[in-house]
Amino acid sequence: MSGESFLFTIFALITCLSAIAVVFSQTVVRMAFWLVISLGSTAALFFLANADFVGAAQLLIYVGGTLVLLVFGVMLTASGPYLKIATSPGETVIGGFLGLLFLFIVFAARSGVEWRKPTAPAETLNSSGAVGNTLRPLGLAFLGARPDKDLNEDVDTTSPGYLLPFEIVSVHLLVVLIGAAYLARAKKRVGSVQAS
Amino acid sequence: MMFAAQSIAEFFQFLGNWQYVVAAIVHAVLLIHVFALSPFAFIWLERKVSGRIQDRLGPTRVGGLFGWLQSLADGIKLVQKEDLCPPAADSMLFRSAPYVVCVASFAAFMVLPFSQGWVAVAADCGLFIILAILSLEVFGVIMAGYSSGSKWSLFGGMREAAQMVSYEIPLAICALVPVIAAGSLNLGEIGGMQRGWFSNWFLFHDPFTFIAFFVYFVVATASCKRAPFDLAEAESELVGGFHTEYSGMRWSFFFMGEYASMFAVCGIASILFLGGWNTGIGPLDDWLYSARNAGASGEGSAALGYLANVLGALIFVKKASLGVFVQIWLRWTLPRLRIDQVITTCLKYLVPISCFLFLGATFWPLLMATGLGQTTWTSPLGERTADEVRESRGPSSPKIEAAVDTASADDAAGLVSVERVGGAVR
Repeated sequence: MSGESFLFTIFALITCLSAIAVVFSQTVVRMAFWLVISLGSTAALFFLANADFVGAAQLLIYVGGTLVLLVFGVMLTASGPYLKIATSPGETVIGGFLGLLFLFIVFAARSGVEWRKPTAPAETLNSSGAVGNTLRPLGLAFLGARPDKDLNEDVDTTSPGYLLPFEIVSVHLLVVLIGAAYLARAKKRVGSVQAS
Repeated sequence: MMFAAQSIAEFFQFLGNWQYVVAAIVHAVLLIHVFALSPFAFIWLERKVSGRIQDRLGPTRVGGLFGWLQSLADGIKLVQKEDLCPPAADSMLFRSAPYVVCVASFAAFMVLPFSQGWVAVAADCGLFIILAILSLEVFGVIMAGYSSGSKWSLFGGMREAAQMVSYEIPLAICALVPVIAAGSLNLGEIGGMQRGWFSNWFLFHDPFTFIAFFVYFVVATASCKRAPFDLAEAESELVGGFHTEYSGMRWSFFFMGEYASMFAVCGIASILFLGGWNTGIGPLDDWLYSARNAGASGEGSAALGYLANVLGALIFVKKASLGVFVQIWLRWTLPRLRIDQVITTCLKYLVPISCFLFLGATFWPLLMATGLGQTTWTSPLGERTADEVRESRGPSSPKIEAAVDTASADDAAGLVSVERVGGAVR
């Protein structure tokens, strides 16, 4: 077993076991803790796959952002000190059934696809740096330029980048931001005017 | 030859397949020492500086001169203390929270370069990774506050979480301002670009980076939960904030995490704005740079290159420690802000200021190129980019050569295309 697959096994095991712990723990904050471990080791799997940018984004967005919001929500809305979630047997059965169904779909998809070994990934991107330095090609692709494709092939056509999806996502996020600010603003109370 | 190895992995080449494992262990052990010894030094410094500011002497006895072993004495005392867990606490979360804080601030050192090429993981998006890792620290704080089963801890944790999460936004935006000037997220590359006279430091790159440095420093102080932004720990009203219920080593882990992340954010500041491991004296820097390169490539003396790197690391640590010293100085001179003032400072002032700086920094190169015909205020248009392209070209393809040749350095469009092509090669 090579070092990489050994590390992959360890992190994959951590991811799966802590995902199971999320399901089986009772208090919400413990679930969040196990979710942090699970998502963090998913980021580690991304780093192992030489996808540094995706791994860092995973850490920043899911662990640092979403989960903190989740815990915030729990802390702000909880009525007691340690909120417990007790599932009824019926819910356990339905949840287990759905989980097994999903597992079946994943396995079916896995065996249904003919996987081929990647041929020297990302080596063509950088003449000098290490494998995994995907940041600059990614950034240029978001700006609509694909020099990693266009410069290496001797064809005079230019490949399309991801400028349009990038812009759509940016505008969408801007709308969300303005919407959040609008919802959180200090509201004028109609009732207070009448009362005074 | 010992110094001739370009990396630690190469040094252990004789081990065959195990070289990477051994190299990883060596890197980890070295970084654990940085992580453990920087709090050791800074806690002593904190005591000494606070003593001087309050017209006291501070520690004088332990270890003889200046009481320099005070931190060790503190550590021995803390190890002996009982490891308490209050009955109202959620013991699993309570016990693991300090480790989350520690791991988050320790892992940040993984991508922090100490000198040219002296970095455990030379990632292309190093700055992004380090900011992402530092943002995990807040989770340990929330866990500690929530799981302690105490009002003080819960309030402290809530305040802390609100503060750290909101200060992350201006921190990231301010860190992006020098990135715009550098055109790279690779911390090693950003540091290397500021070689030469100190006017090459990104602090003096344009007025926006100059202001961004100070904004970054304020925000970094706040995100390390240091005074005047240490509302969450406010002793007078919240006892100890989120770590009220902790004692012994678990308590000290929070502080190790805090001092280590102070060092980490100041290290980032020194790389982004203050030239990293460069001395700021032009000819000396050029000489050190060539000594390092000659040592690495085997053309010159390897030992000299190694010594040049040691000097670089010392300069880097010095700059970062200076930042930590200023943070300590601020803590003992400024009064604490109220929690609403802390959040107002961030959301109403620092976020808009940093957004303005970000916009200004994007317009600055355009203004310089079209108005004055220069890349920066010191170098004429296209000079630096052409140098970079030449350096980073490596084994070049004829197509890129043609692109570089045709891209005239006289107009702004040419500048952009040279930069793009240079990026593609890298």
